[in-house]
Amino acid sequence: MRLGTLVRRGDPFVWLAGSGLGISLLMILGLLGVILVNGLGFFWPKPLLQLTLKDGVVLLGEPVTREVIPTPGVVDAPEQFRLQLKLGNRDLFGADFRWVDEAEITGRERPRDAFYFERREYGPLIGTPVRLTRGGDALATGPDAVWAALAPLIEQAEVDRAAIRTIERDEIGAINFAIERARLDMRAIDLRERQRPEQRLDAERAALDQEVVRQKALYDERQRALEALYERAAQTYLTVRASDGQEKEIRTLDIFRAYPANQLSWAEKAGVYASRIWEFVSGDPRESNTEGGIFPAIFGTVMMVVLMSLVAVPFGVLAALYLREYAKQGTLVRLVRIAVNNLAGVPSIVFGVFGLGFFVYFVGGTIDRAFFPESLPTPTYGTGGILWASLTLALLTVPVVIVASEEALAAVPRSMREASLAMGATKFQTILRVVLPAAAPGIMTGLILAMARGAGEVAPLMITGVVKLAADLPLDGIFPFFHLDRKFMHLGFHIYDVGFQSPNVEAAKPMVYSTTILLLGIVVALNITAIVIRNRLRRKYQTGAF
Amino acid sequence: MVEYTGQARDTGLRIKTELASRPTPSAMATPAILLRDVNLFYGANQALYDISMDIGERMVTAFIGPSGCGKSTLLRCLNRMNDLIDNVKITGKVEVNTLDIYGPKTDVIEVRRKVGMVFQKSNPFPKSIYENVVYGLRIAGINDKATLDEVCERSLRGAALWDEVKDRLDQSGLSLSGGQMQRLCIARAIANEPDIILMDEPCSALDPIATVKIEELIYALKEKYTIVIVTHNLQQAARVSDMTAFFWLGRLVEYGQTSDLFTKPKEKHTEDYITGRFG
Ligand SMILES: Nc1ncnc2c1ncn2[C@@H]1O[C@H](COP(=O)(O)OP(=O)(O)O)[C@@H](O)[C@H]1O
Ligand SMILES: [Mg+2]
Repeated sequence: MRLGTLVRRGDPFVWLAGSGLGISLLMILGLLGVILVNGLGFFWPKPLLQLTLKDGVVLLGEPVTREVIPTPGVVDAPEQFRLQLKLGNRDLFGADFRWVDEAEITGRERPRDAFYFERREYGPLIGTPVRLTRGGDALATGPDAVWAALAPLIEQAEVDRAAIRTIERDEIGAINFAIERARLDMRAIDLRERQRPEQRLDAERAALDQEVVRQKALYDERQRALEALYERAAQTYLTVRASDGQEKEIRTLDIFRAYPANQLSWAEKAGVYASRIWEFVSGDPRESNTEGGIFPAIFGTVMMVVLMSLVAVPFGVLAALYLREYAKQGTLVRLVRIAVNNLAGVPSIVFGVFGLGFFVYFVGGTIDRAFFPESLPTPTYGTGGILWASLTLALLTVPVVIVASEEALAAVPRSMREASLAMGATKFQTILRVVLPAAAPGIMTGLILAMARGAGEVAPLMITGVVKLAADLPLDGIFPFFHLDRKFMHLGFHIYDVGFQSPNVEAAKPMVYSTTILLLGIVVALNITAIVIRNRLRRKYQTGAF
Repeated sequence: MVEYTGQARDTGLRIKTELASRPTPSAMATPAILLRDVNLFYGANQALYDISMDIGERMVTAFIGPSGCGKSTLLRCLNRMNDLIDNVKITGKVEVNTLDIYGPKTDVIEVRRKVGMVFQKSNPFPKSIYENVVYGLRIAGINDKATLDEVCERSLRGAALWDEVKDRLDQSGLSLSGGQMQRLCIARAIANEPDIILMDEPCSALDPIATVKIEELIYALKEKYTIVIVTHNLQQAARVSDMTAFFWLGRLVEYGQTSDLFTKPKEKHTEDYITGRFG
């Protein structure tokens, strides 16, 4: 066909549009692919490789990557490769990873008895189990015997750790909380007395003293229980020989997972894989976030997004209602609308700075002076926390909600409002009973957009309450259950922290991908929830189709 | 003899319409609706000119006329729906059962509860059939289940819809057919127990069978309610109405008993219109 005809028919334009879409899809799929492969592959147990080098050194570890050794300046140099091994045993060798030139390697094998141990500290331990002892007596010797005896001990260790954690974190945590509360109450009494010296507060003081004594007794009792538990649980030791012949003894209580990497069947590998993924989503971080799970970050992210939505949606909807239904449409309203739209384009760090200045320092500081003077100068609300971070994000996302809600309100047909008004309803009743329900699906769309934006923000959070490691969740069993003043962990910040602030970047790299997958997953899950609700509403409040 | 006076100030032309006979004595003594010199302006444009007429109680009055002549505008004056439009100015007097509805102390909510309205495009709420019917009670703060049930059944029976929907009251009002939806809107209006029901071309979007049902319903409803209906369809006006008013360019040209108006119109314009020469 002639070119002229093609141009006239617009074919090249269609090709252009099509390739635009194609490139977008390719980029998205590529990104997803990289993240999924790297993030999910990380948990799959790899075989352990033992290398003998020319100089007699023996190395045992997981092969990580293989790459060409760059030879700058040399033309036509033969390609040389090098291999990266994850050796683990940081306490023995000092570094987890090592590059080995392939030219140096004289022997490669996969020793049957090589084991991979995940433990509480120093990263993985890789080597051959030698013996298992309890209080000096050998329980088992030799790899197979040890492995047979070790498996139930590891299960027991998990139970023991949970019990220790309950005492340390939940019970003693609650006691400490109560003692701290009492100390602050005492200071509050001091303050009151200083203001009005004539009043006698000895009775209150005595009650507090008694409370402290009672809590201290409880504390001692729990402490003894803890010691007894350790006494019983921390008795078995495992000795492992590393590739260089050093032996290392660790408590079985500290072993999280162990497997003979070169003996695993497919099903066993899948089992390790599943249990690692489960640990990842449900566990606490270990080893400055490079190991263990990221449950606190998941929890923090979800809770923050929910809090943000709880603030942003009502405010956004109210603002949209006023703008659309009550305000006299004119220059002023138009200006407000332009301002709202522009607000959606302000860089998020600006909101962060505002949140820090306004919410944290001003509002938080005022709250502290008014309600928590006894803890000063330690701030309670006058420092970053999940409440302030959520409010800052709400501020950031409220324009999105306003714009979407306004559109939804405008789309409610006039005939429906008239029907209600003609029945003798007031404008307010009409809005409440007819307009808002009919606009609900559109408002939900606004919420979806806001959540997608809010869940992915990191910059404003870094200065309003996110931390790399938060000991306590902002929601727990200690009264008043919601601790909105607490700092929290967040997946987005976690990615930044683990990927770029970690002391052990090599070990942390896979965590970046895995955490990204989770963050994406959470955003998608939140969105799907909102979309399902919206479709329900849509079906319920479907307006006539003519 | 009582005079019905329709006036139009049309380039010096003054039309005076006298009625040969009065439909019912009581209606003449106490008209349900009384309009005197009603002028209506949309901004600078005048849409109604000096409308004066009495509308009889418990009868059907039809407004006819070419499109754009102000029928809907006048109808919406009767329950103050024009208040909702910016820049509308109304002069003159409108009384509904002796209540001056534009009076300074009149509560517009009260007016709209007394004067129900059914729209050209049926507009049930996106709620269940039940909730549609009891909407007026809900907004009046009545939530007693027994009362609501009773009113719902009575209104749906009144709108000849009960038998068709009694088993699916919790389904969406929008799941009904066009004719059923319009009857649902009528049921919703009569649930408020109004004195007057205004209908703005209630059948214009319906098929002939649904139209017949609505017409039969209108016939039955006039036992209890005063009905004012705007229609494009002259046969419909002839079939359902007792009185007919013909409007042209915002003026009331002729108003009289339907049979008279259609058989022996007094005005040239009326005759041209009903014989299909324009409009
Ligand atoms: N909301 C409005 N704003 C301005 N002019 C209007 C409005 N509604 C109707 N009009 C004008 O008033 C006149 C009468 O309209 P309407 O009462 O709807 O006529 P009909 O119902 O007889 O077809 C028309 O000229 C129309 O353009
Ligand atoms: Mg009309």
